[in-house]
Amino acid sequence: MRKILILIQKEFKQVLRDKMIVAIIFAVPILQMLILPWAIDLDVRHVSISIVDLDKSTYSRDLISLFSASESFNLYSYYDSYKDAIQDLQMNKVDVILTIPANFERNLIRDNGNQLSATANAINGVKAMLGTYYLNMIIKDFNQQIVLEWYPQIESSLSNSIDVRSSVWFNQEGDYKNFMVPAILVLLLTVVAGFLTALNIVKEKEIGTIEQINVTPIKKWQFIIGKMVPFWAISNIVFIVGLLIMVYLYGIPILGNVGLLLLYANVYILSILGLGLIISALAHTQQQAMFVNYFFVMILLLMSGLFTSIDSMPSWAQTISYSLPITYFIEASRAIIIKGAKFSEISNLLLILGIFVVIMNGLAILTYRKRS
Amino acid sequence: MKIIEINNLTKTYNKGKVIALDNINLAVEESEIFGLIGPDGAGKTTLFRLLTTLLTPDKGNAKVLGYDIVEDFEAIRESVGYMPGRFSLYSDLTVKENLQFFATLFDTTIEENYHLIKDIYEQIEPFKNRRAGNLSGGMKQKLALSCALIHKPKLLFLDEPTTGIDPVSRVDLWNMLKKLGREGITIFVSTPYMDEATKCDRIAFIDNGHILNIESPENIITNYKQNLFAVKSEKTYLLLKALEKFPKTINSYAFGEYAHVVLNGDENQLKEYLVQNDFKEIDIKKIDPNIEDCFIEEIRVISQHNRGINEA
Repeated sequence: MRKILILIQKEFKQVLRDKMIVAIIFAVPILQMLILPWAIDLDVRHVSISIVDLDKSTYSRDLISLFSASESFNLYSYYDSYKDAIQDLQMNKVDVILTIPANFERNLIRDNGNQLSATANAINGVKAMLGTYYLNMIIKDFNQQIVLEWYPQIESSLSNSIDVRSSVWFNQEGDYKNFMVPAILVLLLTVVAGFLTALNIVKEKEIGTIEQINVTPIKKWQFIIGKMVPFWAISNIVFIVGLLIMVYLYGIPILGNVGLLLLYANVYILSILGLGLIISALAHTQQQAMFVNYFFVMILLLMSGLFTSIDSMPSWAQTISYSLPITYFIEASRAIIIKGAKFSEISNLLLILGIFVVIMNGLAILTYRKRS
Repeated sequence: MKIIEINNLTKTYNKGKVIALDNINLAVEESEIFGLIGPDGAGKTTLFRLLTTLLTPDKGNAKVLGYDIVEDFEAIRESVGYMPGRFSLYSDLTVKENLQFFATLFDTTIEENYHLIKDIYEQIEPFKNRRAGNLSGGMKQKLALSCALIHKPKLLFLDEPTTGIDPVSRVDLWNMLKKLGREGITIFVSTPYMDEATKCDRIAFIDNGHILNIESPENIITNYKQNLFAVKSEKTYLLLKALEKFPKTINSYAFGEYAHVVLNGDENQLKEYLVQNDFKEIDIKKIDPNIEDCFIEEIRVISQHNRGINEA
């Protein structure tokens, strides 16, 4: 026991003396929590649009004013010819071009209908798709205005048509931050718990101090506990600081039980510490460990349902997603924070995370045995 | 009981492609200072790592303090001290913290065994709150030695303790080792410096994974039977070339400002030859061999022997 205590004490001393590491552990997560949620927003706003108005009539001006009033669009410029407008699109300055044909108003009144042309820059596919979708919505509104203007008597029949209104539950404003902040918190926890532990052990290999440790009567498990406890504690601190930022800075309340959230977090930390141990057993230099870490960060980042919906992945990718512990912890933390889920609703997630703890640490013990 | 007993120990790397140690046999007696002398890459560190249970052998076995290096590795770790060639303490912990740390790992305290390290530790005590990484090379070695001694080991492994430190610290360190030897601690030490060999009770020459000779330094020198001369002239490089060509030369090599030459004849014949070859200011004297001459002779005999085997 005395031996483990001095190992833990030594670890804390070393971590706290390395100013760079202290900064990485505490400042970087906080900064990321402050910056990233604002930037990572998958809602498309400010689609920049150029309008080629060949008609210059009252109707065309009405239509343009709808676009300039919309939050979804930024009016980039007006043109008199399509040729000028397309140049902006080629220079990647605008996302969508709307062309209002000559005699738009006249033909509309005469023929009871007309056509508009929209050209979208699909280099950013999401923007092009959503941009044309918004554009259609605005034109649909415009269409309805005209119909009402011309045939006020059919208003009643219009209101009889099916009108779909959606309401967003658990996140009333549909605010992306409510969704992203808990996810970023999970990611930070992963980096601190798993990768700092791995790098720390590999560092001892690299500078040779492990040689001196290995000839002492210290057992492998004592050494590992001595490494895990400090980083487990640091992970908890980082997580709690992150939660405070989330609640007080972003005003996202934890609807569920905080204790329950910490319970899930700690089970998750244990599984990630296991991953860190596996990496540290296999890597010989910090460089190797860094790149393995990087590989896992990318996988965890993009496949865990952090940014994208797992349901829209191909089935083989879903299989990978469901074999990552982070997937379940993100699900659990979102459920607890946003939805206020009770333990009984998400107990299966704890079970799965528990299984990961056993698998990861079992593998870690095996790789360590093999290497010794 | 022999303190270290090595039987036919073989260690290879890269799946047998690199033979680091080839069938080594060696025994170390109680409370002697045993020196392992050999050039870089001879296999010294591999042998240390095997004996301190950091590696396992491919063939053969070894006993340290009566414990098998594979079966009883835990018992060995309890009772030996090891100071690796590379500084392996925590450079971000202070001198005192390092010592405290290793004392605790061995279930002891600094106070309990302070008498053992007193002489060494007193020299670094003024810096006890300095981080180990900020110590000079010699100080680092003294701290490492203190840490290796703090649990009162019966046997101390020192892998090249004097490599990279200044001559004064080197002398210091050897005096300390002598003292520890008198206190009954057996010391197994390696060095690439031939002049340090004479400080050991017995030495083993190691080269290319083979042990060449095990003897006391005095015996090694008295067993040297060749005619050895030191030769000097104004043109050192040409002199070396000429010595190689001289038919009666058995072996020749540079040694400081002199060339050492092993002759199958006497100095007059050599002088005559050199004068014929236009050398001036010739200085030839018969000398007693030092350890390095003995080591070079051992290697020559071995390689001649091997050539004989290959040719046969």
